[in-house]
Amino acid sequence: MSVDHPEVIPEVTVSSTEELKRKLNLPRKGYKIGEDDEESIEAWQKHDTMTLNFGPQHPATHGTLRMLLNLSGETVVKLDPRPGYLHTGFEKLAEYHTFNQFIAVTDRMNYLSPLANNVGFACAAEKLLGITIPPRAQYIRMIQAELSRIADHLVSIGTHALDLGAFTVFLYGFRQREFIYDLFEISTGSRLTTSYTRIGGVMRDFPEGHVEQLAGFCKQFMMVFDQIEGLLNHNKIFHDRTQGIGKIGAEEAINYGMTGPSIRACGVPYDLRKDEPYLAYDQVDFDIPVGTEGDVFERYLVRMEEMKQSVRIIEQCLAQMPKGPVKVDDHTVALPDKSKVYGSIEGLIHHFKLIMDHHGIDMPAGEIYHATEAPNGELGWYIVSDGNGVPYKVHIRAPSFIHFAMMPRLCQGGLIGDGVAVLGSLNVIAGECDR
Amino acid sequence: MEALIPFIPYLMIPIMVIVYLSTVPIMIQVERKVSAWLQYRMGPNRVGPLGLLQPIADALKMLSKEDVIPNHVNKWLYIAAPALMVFPAFFVAGVIPLGVLTIAGQDVMLQIGHTNIGILYVLAISSIAVYSIAFGAWASNNKYSLLGGMRSAAQMMSYELPMGLSILGMIMLTGSLRLEEIVNFQMNSVWGIVWQPLGFLIFFTTAYAETNRLPFDLTEAEAELVAGYHTEYSSLKFGMYYLGEYCNMLTASFMVTILFLGGWHVPFLGSLNVDPFVKQLIQVGAMAFKVAFLMFTYVWVRWTLPRFRYDQLMNLGWKKLIPLALANVVITAVVMAF
Repeated sequence: MSVDHPEVIPEVTVSSTEELKRKLNLPRKGYKIGEDDEESIEAWQKHDTMTLNFGPQHPATHGTLRMLLNLSGETVVKLDPRPGYLHTGFEKLAEYHTFNQFIAVTDRMNYLSPLANNVGFACAAEKLLGITIPPRAQYIRMIQAELSRIADHLVSIGTHALDLGAFTVFLYGFRQREFIYDLFEISTGSRLTTSYTRIGGVMRDFPEGHVEQLAGFCKQFMMVFDQIEGLLNHNKIFHDRTQGIGKIGAEEAINYGMTGPSIRACGVPYDLRKDEPYLAYDQVDFDIPVGTEGDVFERYLVRMEEMKQSVRIIEQCLAQMPKGPVKVDDHTVALPDKSKVYGSIEGLIHHFKLIMDHHGIDMPAGEIYHATEAPNGELGWYIVSDGNGVPYKVHIRAPSFIHFAMMPRLCQGGLIGDGVAVLGSLNVIAGECDR
Repeated sequence: MEALIPFIPYLMIPIMVIVYLSTVPIMIQVERKVSAWLQYRMGPNRVGPLGLLQPIADALKMLSKEDVIPNHVNKWLYIAAPALMVFPAFFVAGVIPLGVLTIAGQDVMLQIGHTNIGILYVLAISSIAVYSIAFGAWASNNKYSLLGGMRSAAQMMSYELPMGLSILGMIMLTGSLRLEEIVNFQMNSVWGIVWQPLGFLIFFTTAYAETNRLPFDLTEAEAELVAGYHTEYSSLKFGMYYLGEYCNMLTASFMVTILFLGGWHVPFLGSLNVDPFVKQLIQVGAMAFKVAFLMFTYVWVRWTLPRFRYDQLMNLGWKKLIPLALANVVITAVVMAF
């Protein structure tokens, strides 16, 4: 543990509690926030501001995000985002897991849309491996990714509205998300920690009748738009709280590295599904909604429209989805069937090689960057492989991390209430931010 | 029977206390059930038949929770503040009339105190509540509480002005500050909402702000200030703030009913051929129904609307409601002059 680090209590060796108390000498440090932060002390002395510790445990941070606010009255003079309170070391974990094992870790990143993470990592690994998965698996992945996009947007809009005081929108969204999670449970066996994709395909095909269930979901789902739009779209209070708040121009947003619905709200039609089509996104027809103002209200509108487009994509996928295998036919990559494992020596060897620790898939040495359009923005995977069964290094470009870094730009000069609105509209997920 | 008449005000004291105290658990249950219906949920349905005993369980829970007084608070103010919330909430009940009964040929008002400054009394006493919130917030020695208390002080003070101005029109029409005479005036003509539609709207809006309910619940805005002024409160001290909030809602509903919805007046009841005593009981029931409906709208609005931002709330109060209320007074005066 570093003694020099201002926020870490130095390690001490003590023999009694009294000695510990004396050595630490920190009885009041717990709530004298900002005393380690020289800059904020300076600001406090100069401008007579109050430092407010916003998070990591706070109802609006939905997770463990921490921000230090310097307030003059209610106006935010300075905002200092402090990531790291949910640091889990996912990137480091990747160096100790085979590629397939790491898929289970990606579930925990953006926990509002675990399947989008599964799909993203699997696509990146396949790009490194240089294989193409069967068309049916591609369509299945697209359906699952779009479903998780809908689930993510529902929660994002819901919690955003919840932060502004509209509780009912949140539960309307959650009700529909429950239906989506039911569908995930049917197809993947799990509601949240899906771990559905495999390098070279998906875990298993859709069960019988699942296509009809998905079609039924799409039909009834349109109802949620009437409910949410009825509550928010023409609501004067909602307009006042969101229009012109957290505004950013297209050029500045690009410079900050903003992606996803947030940058589309600024008027930039940047969507990886169109710009660098992966899976079979070039074979379905959908529109990219763009805004003009780049404020909180337009981020909401873009998310609403994206859900409609996702439903469109799912419906097209269901119609176009071919029959066939859902894994590649190469057993150095995908697990062979159980009958082959028990019935043939080759099958048994393949199974053994894939399952045993530090064997895994024989990845070629090299490095690759592959990005998918996750619900929050560009979710990029930079994988370095040294030809071993496990990655040498994995870096994840998490949109939440980049968006969280924009909080000072978007919130300074506004009120506390604006900060909450902006945080909700960016949908910063702690698990993804601190990976 | 005639000997009973002087004792009616004394009999009304326990009745009003029961009305106020029983409203709170009922409202908690209604709040939870109605919000559940609005949101495709079941609501509480485990304790007792249909979950009806849930308020008792809630109250017991609140009573049996550990009463934490944090080290860094100003102890005496911290303890006194919640009491200061409940005291005015119950005190205003003193002038609220529930109806009228004819006993031995005399009309007896179902009211504790017959004072000629009824409305002023209600406005004066209910504004004490702001001290409770400000003291509680200050004594908590917590930044979130402090922000909540500041918001609350500013909000309640600025909304008292349009509130007072909005009922001025009604007072000018009736020429009395007595609540029972305002009702009598409406019984002889039409309801106040027809006389003073603008006054009704302003009063209705400000009543939400005065009771700190959504869309004006900035003082406890969960997403911004954790729990606002009662962040550091627990157990029954928190319960007293809760109690005060619901009692204030009830008072506000009573005031809207009495001032603008005709009090206990039931249209076309005079043409009905029933015993006068039964009629008067129906009128008391009508009063209860109107108040209950207004209480329901509180819940309805809470689970529908988002909340204002601090500066927007101030803009609405000072730049829109006060000029409108002033205009209302002027228009009423001009119309009355001709």
